Amino acid sequence: MYDLIIFLVLLLLGYGFGRYAESRHYKSIRHREIKLNQIPAVASRVPPPGRPDLQSQLVTGSVVVSVDYFKRFLASLRNIFGGRISSYESLLDRARREAILRMKQQAKELNAELVFNIKMETASIHKGQGNTIGSVEVLAYGTALIPS
Amino acid sequence: MIVSNLEVVPGKRITKHYGLVQGSSVRAKHVGRDFMAGLKNIFGGELKGYTELLQESREEAYERMLKMAKATGANAVLNVRFSTSSVAAGAAELFAYGTAVTLE
Repeated sequence: MYDLIIFLVLLLLGYGFGRYAESRHYKSIRHREIKLNQIPAVASRVPPPGRPDLQSQLVTGSVVVSVDYFKRFLASLRNIFGGRISSYESLLDRARREAILRMKQQAKELNAELVFNIKMETASIHKGQGNTIGSVEVLAYGTALIPS
Repeated sequence: MIVSNLEVVPGKRITKHYGLVQGSSVRAKHVGRDFMAGLKNIFGGELKGYTELLQESREEAYERMLKMAKATGANAVLNVRFSTSSVAAGAAELFAYGTAVTLE
């Protein structure tokens, strides 16, 4: 009986705080994405031609973000029925966008005008119960072109 | 020291090639951080402690890679890649590797 109560309390806490944290995070991501829009980040491997005067430097951005109890519960239900696990999709989306933003922020501090050859790396850092994802780390890195 | 994840540096020519250089670092989190992470696993959100920890250990792996490149006499490391793997519960390995070269 107590187990059930604890479970429900955790579920409610996860739902409440998780939703709040996610919407706040998305708001801040959108805000900063608009601010950093001036520095394009592209995945192309070759620098734009005809600009030999540019200096290049490695920039990185990383973030570790965790899913909440409620979403993990939803995901474990999905594991029974199959299908898209949208609760994890939003987690990974947040993590990727945040990592790219941090990388761009670093590029901005260097006065870069473009970041290219972006590579992304995702690692599951902390396993939850029964090998479900607890938290993921996303690293984004690329080459910043700085006018000299 | 030029470090880049490109295969070439625009406007510069590679004159000598030294092969692969690498650096790695395995770190564990301390109990306090693990406890906080446990809480965050209920509430969701960013784990700042872990972000910092991984950032630090990635920098260490990066430094080790640079040290190895300097030891070979290179002045640049190109085509740098990072990788992360969780080795055991509570420990992660951060790995950086690239090609050491001399640029003119």
